[in-house]
Amino acid sequence: MSYINLFKIAVKAILSNKGRSFLSMLGIIIGVGAVIVMMAIGQGSKQSIREEIQKNGTNMLTIRPGADMRGGVRLDPSAMQTLKQVDYETILAEAKFVRMVSPEVTTSGQAVFGSNNTTSTCYGESPDYLRIKIWDVEEGVCFTEEDVKKSAKVCVVGATVVKELFPNGQDPIGKTIRFKSIPFRIVGVLKSKGYNTWGMDQDNVIVAPYTTVMKRLAAQTHYNSIICSAVTEELSDAAIEDLTTILRRTHKLKDGEVDNFTIRSQQEWMDTMSSTMDTITIILVVAAAFSLLVAGIGIMNIMLVSVTERTKEIGLRMSVGARGLDISNQFLIESILISLTGGILGVLFGGLLTWGCNAIIGYPAVIPAWSVIVSFAVCVAIGVGFGYFPAQKAARLDPIEAIRYE
Amino acid sequence: MEKKAVIELQDVRRDFQVGSETVHALRGVSFKIYEGEFVTIMGTSGSGKSTLLNQLGCLDTPTSGEYLLDGIPVRSMRRSQRARLRNRKIGFVFQNYNLLAKTTAVENVELPLMYNKEYNSRQRREAAVAALQAVGLGDRLEHKSNQMSGGQMQRVAIARALVNNPAVILADEATGNLDTRTSFEVLVLFQKLHAEGRTIIFVTHNPEIAQYSSRNIVLRDGKVREDVYNNNILSAAEALAALPAPQDD
Repeated sequence: MSYINLFKIAVKAILSNKGRSFLSMLGIIIGVGAVIVMMAIGQGSKQSIREEIQKNGTNMLTIRPGADMRGGVRLDPSAMQTLKQVDYETILAEAKFVRMVSPEVTTSGQAVFGSNNTTSTCYGESPDYLRIKIWDVEEGVCFTEEDVKKSAKVCVVGATVVKELFPNGQDPIGKTIRFKSIPFRIVGVLKSKGYNTWGMDQDNVIVAPYTTVMKRLAAQTHYNSIICSAVTEELSDAAIEDLTTILRRTHKLKDGEVDNFTIRSQQEWMDTMSSTMDTITIILVVAAAFSLLVAGIGIMNIMLVSVTERTKEIGLRMSVGARGLDISNQFLIESILISLTGGILGVLFGGLLTWGCNAIIGYPAVIPAWSVIVSFAVCVAIGVGFGYFPAQKAARLDPIEAIRYE
Repeated sequence: MEKKAVIELQDVRRDFQVGSETVHALRGVSFKIYEGEFVTIMGTSGSGKSTLLNQLGCLDTPTSGEYLLDGIPVRSMRRSQRARLRNRKIGFVFQNYNLLAKTTAVENVELPLMYNKEYNSRQRREAAVAALQAVGLGDRLEHKSNQMSGGQMQRVAIARALVNNPAVILADEATGNLDTRTSFEVLVLFQKLHAEGRTIIFVTHNPEIAQYSSRNIVLRDGKVREDVYNNNILSAAEALAALPAPQDD
């Protein structure tokens, strides 16, 4: 029998049992909807993380102490103290593709002004830091090289710190706050950046000269990291190579010894984050896909019922000349149609959920086009996979018994 | 000139395994049915009547012996080949009509042609309409099966059996579910088809019907007990006219 006729028969069979057909589609609708929205959340998160990272300047390079052992265990704590002043000075003097450099020392603690206090993080940096991060001072000024040299107790603060410590709208410029009991005079207020994708408040910061933070707060002689800016994004790789050579020399590493530092570009950062998001997305999608499996079993169940109900019809069709293949095609097309219709409705449902995610919860979610195509393909596969057994059962019926079936 | 044998059974046997016992449903049946015959096959239940019908309809194959349908040996055929043979050579009429529910008369009659690639949708419809006209239902083309009486449904079923222009029409107790008047109406139709040259095999346990056919084969215990030609074929139309008029209430 031609496929057009088989299709018509399938449509008729589905429409003659509307309620039942819809219920067996419902599993597919929910399953596909869940998969689509999970993929959309994964994709949306990835995009917003990329945007986030790009906001910090795409040519930023981060040098961290310790070998690059992602997911491994670093045993030697002294390996985490390899970045020293000599590294910074050599980079400043020799690095070819680097425009700006800032050592970074961070410490967390409580900031106090008058009767107000807040928990914040103090970043010890050079004045280049804000330019590397493409971060403007909204009010006042940044501290200077002179302040770094003198280890001056000055700082610029983020908007959250201002809000917490100066709730009455006082002008924070010129005021002296205490961070871990050390007084800092505020010289500038940073432009607000808001929360990042991980939910971290980027404005809850105090930026001070790194020398001050090292001596007065952290009491350490090593840096937590050194951040620098490649001349252009394209020169990032060349800059990394150049910096590696410099640091291996200053760290007196012999040939064959592994680097005791790691240099990451923003691109690598993005790749790492993307692959992390991919993993999370896959886990979510697999979880959602299980509901599709259950839905497939539901379809198989309803198809078996349908075959039994229509035993007499099958017997008649066989006696007027339908071959087993004609019968099995008839039921396969019916199950594919149920599952594919469910898939189409499921994609719409997923679209609705994604829209809800964006519009109501405000979570960035973007449906990747391929996820729609994959959903349809999966639905066809479910229709064939779970329709096969009932279709075979129908095709193998004995026409003599089938036509007398009551 | 000798007439063409549409059906030829050569010592057909059919055994069934029921548990550890072997049941011999057909114990060597041989006969030929020629083109244009109207044969009734009679027998009590257990006589092998249904088994014989399944053999004739290519729904089953003999355990031994050979069955030639329109000269084609059936015994060694595969399932799909027999399906094709049924589609081209046989028209079935069942006791309980077996029409597709919620489906119009035309669509029901088109069904066998759906499994024949040589027909396109227009030819299919034309053939179905012609068959329905031949059974006197030209004005009921788009009626659905649940909107028709038993006699009408059986006539749709006969039209479905005619539509592929089969070598033989196999009727299985085709009047079994109908009242006397409607039974005669259907018999009139069969006699008309017979007169037009169709080969008809009518399986029944009702001895009355044999009087309207041209030949009668009686089965008992899986063997042909009687095979006689009827030289005095009664007219179903006359019998119908002789019936008391239907009471309108």
